Amino acid sequence: MTEFERPDGRKEDELREMKAKVGIIPNADGSAMYQSGDTIAIAAVYGPKKMHPQHKQNPKRGVLRCTYNMNSFSVSDRIKPGPSRRSTEISKIIEWALEPVLDLDKYPNTVIDVHINIIQADAGTRCAGINAASMALAHAGIPMKDLVLSISAGKLDRTIVLDLNKAEEDFEDGEGATDIPISMTNSGELTHLQLDGKINSKQLKKAIEMARKSSKKIYEIQKKALKESVNF
Amino acid sequence: MAEDINSTPEATIERIIDYLKENKRFDGRKLDEFRELIIEKNISKKAEGSVRVRLGKTEVLVGVKVGVAEPYPDSPDKGNLMVTAELLPLSSPRFELGPPKFDAIELGRVIDRGVRESKIIDLEKLVIKEGEKVWTIFIDIYSINDDGNLLDAAGIGALAALKIAKLPKYDEKEEKVLYDKCEKNIPLTDVNPIPITVHKIGNKLIADPTKEEEDASETRLTIGISDGIISSMQKGGAAPMKDEEIFEAIDIADRNWKELFKKIEKIIK
Repeated sequence: MTEFERPDGRKEDELREMKAKVGIIPNADGSAMYQSGDTIAIAAVYGPKKMHPQHKQNPKRGVLRCTYNMNSFSVSDRIKPGPSRRSTEISKIIEWALEPVLDLDKYPNTVIDVHINIIQADAGTRCAGINAASMALAHAGIPMKDLVLSISAGKLDRTIVLDLNKAEEDFEDGEGATDIPISMTNSGELTHLQLDGKINSKQLKKAIEMARKSSKKIYEIQKKALKESVNF
Repeated sequence: MAEDINSTPEATIERIIDYLKENKRFDGRKLDEFRELIIEKNISKKAEGSVRVRLGKTEVLVGVKVGVAEPYPDSPDKGNLMVTAELLPLSSPRFELGPPKFDAIELGRVIDRGVRESKIIDLEKLVIKEGEKVWTIFIDIYSINDDGNLLDAAGIGALAALKIAKLPKYDEKEEKVLYDKCEKNIPLTDVNPIPITVHKIGNKLIADPTKEEEDASETRLTIGISDGIISSMQKGGAAPMKDEEIFEAIDIADRNWKELFKKIEKIIK
């Protein structure tokens, strides 16, 4: 196992360099940037505000509405601007990942809009987007039970690693690459899990455990950025 | 919970008009003065050229990507140019999800004409095989925070991004663009068009409006100008303009072009 070397020389559980900043979009009620290596995501929160059209209002609880959008120039082969099947699915996945930490019962008939934009992509964009959105929701002052931390675990041939970059996602030797984006609360509950590739349950267990352990580092980065936003 | 955020209160608009009567603005600027311009380059490594432009609190991202495509039937000996703008709901409570609305379409089209009509891109040098294969230059604009005058910010961004954009190598045998192998710049001519929008409020003309000032505006004139030469214009809004107002607007655009271009030059070196 130890002989496996990651393309960029990182240790198996080593995350890429992280950066986070809160309060980057003055118009928004809350906003944040999260960067992991060469992947950069920004998120803006608008709301809670009255849901329009009225027939979409829920008198029992507020609605969380997320949109995930990649800039056309965030990848080598230009993406046609506007929504796609992929972005539609990821948007919903992000809603599911974030909703458990929000107390939406307190905001009947309203909507909280979370808009995520990927500026530069080097794999793990949904995870970076969720991390940015988690901070932006907190920055908007929306009561949260916890922060959501998102990390992509993976398996390269037979080795479990964390925070895959694009070169690793495209890894083809041996069993190839398995990509496992995971989101969890800081208390450790999974709120999002996807997987593409080939893995057995023992390996998956290890991947989740590694992700849970390293998610604490993301929590620290998020907390620090949120504190910095109120300290000046 | 914010109430109607989609318009500026009437009282504020009246005060903007009153201030302008005494040649004053809320932020202390002169009528023809721009807010502070900050340009940051290479904000996406995956773009052939990209910039972040800030005008005060207004922020846009502009990226240049290139691809290989068939030429348009009416220009087999020229590369293609395509400009799109997205007014992201992320950037303002006023922007909604869904297909591009008029403002986004107009923004993209006005920037497109400013670039195209000035002939800054030497499209004839972008032919790989005449009639079959040419480079397409994409200029994509994303709003990040709208505090007025997105159009000028986008135009400044388009010029700056084009100036720093690289042209990747093309592997003719494999028919593949080698995005990580860039040797040349995109072929540009020696013009430097910037769209500058002058708004009329009351009987005063102002440059670089904030969102509140845009809400107070009766009409606007966008002038695509490069060193005194105009190559595109668009009047928006229903109120009429007098000839002398149009020529004063051109003077305002010309003066600001010099200042703005100096800043762009600094960045691209």
